[in-house]
Formats: sequence, C-alpha cells, structure tokens
Amino acid sequence: MLNQKDILSTIEMIDQQHLDIRTITMGISLLNCCDPHPKRACEKIYDKITKYAENLVKTGEDIEREFGIPIVHKRISVTPMALVAGASDTEDYTPFALAMDRAAKTCGVNFIGGYSALVQKGMTKADEKLIRSIPEALAATEFVCSSVNVGSTRAGINMDAVALMGRIVKETAAKTAAQDGLGCAKLVVFCNAVEDNPFMAGAFHGVGEAERVINVGVSGPGVVCSALKAVRGQPFDVVAETVKKTAFRVTRMGQLVAQEASRRLDTPFGIVDLSLAPTPAIGDSVARILEEMGLETCGTHGTTAALALLNDAVKKGGVMASSSVGGLSGAFIPVSEDEGMIAAARCGTLTIDKLEAMTCVCSVGLDMIAVPGETSAETISAIIADEAAIGMVNCKTTAVRLLPAPGKKVGDTIEMGGLLGSAPVMPVHTESSADFIARGGRIPAPLHSLKN
Amino acid sequence: MNAIVTVVGEDKIGIIAGVCTLLAENNVNILDITQTILQGKFTMVMAVDVSKSGESIGELGTKLEALGKELDISIRIQREEIFDAMHRI
Repeated sequence: MLNQKDILSTIEMIDQQHLDIRTITMGISLLNCCDPHPKRACEKIYDKITKYAENLVKTGEDIEREFGIPIVHKRISVTPMALVAGASDTEDYTPFALAMDRAAKTCGVNFIGGYSALVQKGMTKADEKLIRSIPEALAATEFVCSSVNVGSTRAGINMDAVALMGRIVKETAAKTAAQDGLGCAKLVVFCNAVEDNPFMAGAFHGVGEAERVINVGVSGPGVVCSALKAVRGQPFDVVAETVKKTAFRVTRMGQLVAQEASRRLDTPFGIVDLSLAPTPAIGDSVARILEEMGLETCGTHGTTAALALLNDAVKKGGVMASSSVGGLSGAFIPVSEDEGMIAAARCGTLTIDKLEAMTCVCSVGLDMIAVPGETSAETISAIIADEAAIGMVNCKTTAVRLLPAPGKKVGDTIEMGGLLGSAPVMPVHTESSADFIARGGRIPAPLHSLKN
Repeated sequence: MNAIVTVVGEDKIGIIAGVCTLLAENNVNILDITQTILQGKFTMVMAVDVSKSGESIGELGTKLEALGKELDISIRIQREEIFDAMHRI
C-alpha cells in the first residue's frame, strides 16, 4: 500500500509547486515528402503530419485526466525543412511554413518546430533559401518555430551563417514589429543542436531519428525550490543530494507519461528531456532556486557556481529515472519566461555578460532576452558568435534567442503574454563588432587534446 | 485497475458518506481508506479498484470534482501508477 504522506506530497507538488509535464512532442520524419513540385510537397507534408499526429492532443489530454498531472503542451517537430524543400523547384519556401502551420492548426498543437537548416560547416542552396525566407515565414504563420545550427564542436563555426543570422533576426523583428518583434521568440540560432529536443522553439526531428517518435520534456523548478527551502543553510553536498532526489521523482513521472503516450499513440518512445523549464508564474522560477542557495539576487557573484551545481544535480538525479535521456537536459534560463530572472534583470543585477557566463554551465544559452531595437545586425551576430564559441569549445549545446524589439529602449518592457512572459530590455555593448563579423569564413573546430 | 482518491478540505458532516456513495453507485470497490486531520484540514486517501466500473477514470474524475464543488472540498482521482513511479523504485 502506498504511503499517505507520499501521495499527499505528490499532490502538493502538482497543486502548489507547479509540477507538470511541460511537453509531449511528436517527432515526424518528412524525408519521404520531397517532391519536385512544391505544391505537391506541401500537400504531402500536411497529410503526413495530420495523419501521424491526429490523436496527439486528445491522447495528451486523456493521460492528463487519468493521471491527474498537467501536460502543458502537445507539440510536433519535423525534419529540418531545408532538407525537404531542397528537392522542390522553387525560390520561395514560405509555402512550406504555411503547410506546417495548417497542419499544426488541424492537429490542435500550439507549436510546430523544424523550419530549420543545419549549416555548421556550409550552406546548400536550399539552406540559404530557407534561412532567407525565415522572416517572412515567421510573420506569415502563427505556430511555426524555426532554428538554424551555425556551429558544432566537430565542424567549427560557420561565420558566414552567423553574419547572415544577425540580419535575419533583425528582419524577423521588423516583419513582426506590430507585436514587438514576436517572430524572434520563435527563432533560435544553435551551436551543437540536438536531434531529439522536445522543447520549442528549437525542436526539430533529426535525420538520425526514426520515422516518428515521442519525446517528453519534464519540468519542475518550483518543486526543486521548495525542496531546497527545507535544507536552508546546509552544505552544498546536501543541496546537490536534495536536487538529485527531487529530479529523480520528477523524471520518473515523465518516464511514465512518455511510455503511456508512446503506447497509446503506437509510436516509439524516444527520450525524456530532464529540463528545469521555468514559467513566468510565481513559484516556477529557476532564478529563485539559485537565490534559495544563498544569493540575494540572481546574477550576483556566485550565480554561475550555483547554476553549475543545479544543472549537474538535475542530470544526475534524472538520468537514473529514465530508460533514455536526451534532448537538452539541464536548467533553462530564458529571461522573459522566468519571474525571478525578469526581476533580476529589471533591477540591473542580471546582465547579458553574466547570462553569457551562466550559459557555460547550463543547458542552452542566451534565451528570450530583449535587447534595444536599434541593436545592429553585426552586434547580434557577434553575440551569436560568442555563444556558439562557448558551445563549440565546451562540447555542449548553446543557443541564442534575442528579441530586438523595434523602437524599444533600455528600461522598456516587451509583453508577449502567456508562457513567453515579459522581458525588460537589457543593454548590450554599443562598441562595434562590424569588422569582426564582416570577415566571414569559418572558425575552425577546436583541438580536443592538450586541455587547459 | 487501481486508482487513488484524495479528498482535502474543511471537515464537515457527510464527506465520507458522499464520496463512498458516489463510488458505490459507479461500481467502484474501495480497497483501503486512511483519514486524518492534517494542519487542521480533513485529509482522506482511498485506494480503489475501478476495473468493474462502467465509467473511465476521466469520467469518475468529473463526477468527483462536481461532488467536491458541492461540498466545497477538493476531490480527485488518479491512476495509482503515478504515485508508484514517483515514490518507489
């Protein structure tokens, strides 16, 4: 018989500490949708997605109801679209994004990822066409998410792509200026992108993946924070153990839901992504966990060390709880989506430079950060290059999702609503990086011996 | 299939009677009940067998929630596996 205390502790986690399954994401391969005629290719894409993901949302809701655990998002990721669209004889790839958007609406999911290109070493004609179409594609669609991988530990950093992406981010902001550049919230620039990430906006279904697969992203910053409150003042060994135990429990639940979803949808189970993904709700913040460790405000000295411990302990706890762990797995630090980060950025303690340091030790990177609308494309490219360099050298995924909201200045706030939250505009360095970005070419892959 | 029913709220006359009647009407067998007052709140945990019930757990959940509203308490039903997963290796 189960212990009453355990049962009630689970219910408290769900009710008061925002424990949830953040996303069930179905990855779908679109490689067999290639067609020389773009219209036919789009039809195949729509038909395949809507056939495979027909019951995704309903199944998610059924599981939610039976197990009494909220499943916040049901989503779809597809093969990087540049690989599919490349077979079609057309200059304009926007119709492919529209087909994805229509399919997402039909299935009832709230995001579809994979309007993507992988250009870490070089760009094909299709990659370039896709990248150049991103601003229009994100403005014309509601649910499509886009990502571009510009570097990897094995290939180095494609600085031509980095330069191009700075301009694309600016153009995307300009095309969605009426919504404070909301398009940029759906565009991620990666280094070392992973093929099985269930989280948006960076999810795509890699070419090494199966025909279709179920990936699940768990969450639970509130549960970790609450567990740490019980060990206030104790040494870090105790902190690490407490985080591990909590992460284990949360991941076991994710594993159960992933297996159940996989069985009901007759789709192989892929991975559980052990991420602490915050939301703007009070009590669901990663920043507050770091502060619970003894920091007055997130961003002050000690923040990087606190985050390193948290990120590692989450993985150690979670990895034993799931038969297959993957995705980004770690702590996310999206500024606009984290109530504590928003507060820390607003009071000036949390800066872009500190966030960059934090990305060296946690999953992903400079995420959902509003910067002044007048920030130049070259500066955005240079920020992307810095972040890609951190990922490349440290053999980890890093990403940049900046929001240069047109007309906004430091001190203003961008309101995106819902889980995307609100972002105070943060200052960037105004000294030029233009000559650096104008060089182009490739930063070679790093050496993997002589480590220091 | 086993499920766990939890009832939390202000103590009042008729909570157990109400919940048990609803479960019996829906052919749900009660396997175990524990009940205490935790931090001044009525707290009851029941293990139930729903395999003979004609209703799904989702439907039972809706009925229990409605009863909870009537009694001004929180009542929920969840499949047992979720607790097993989180608290047992």
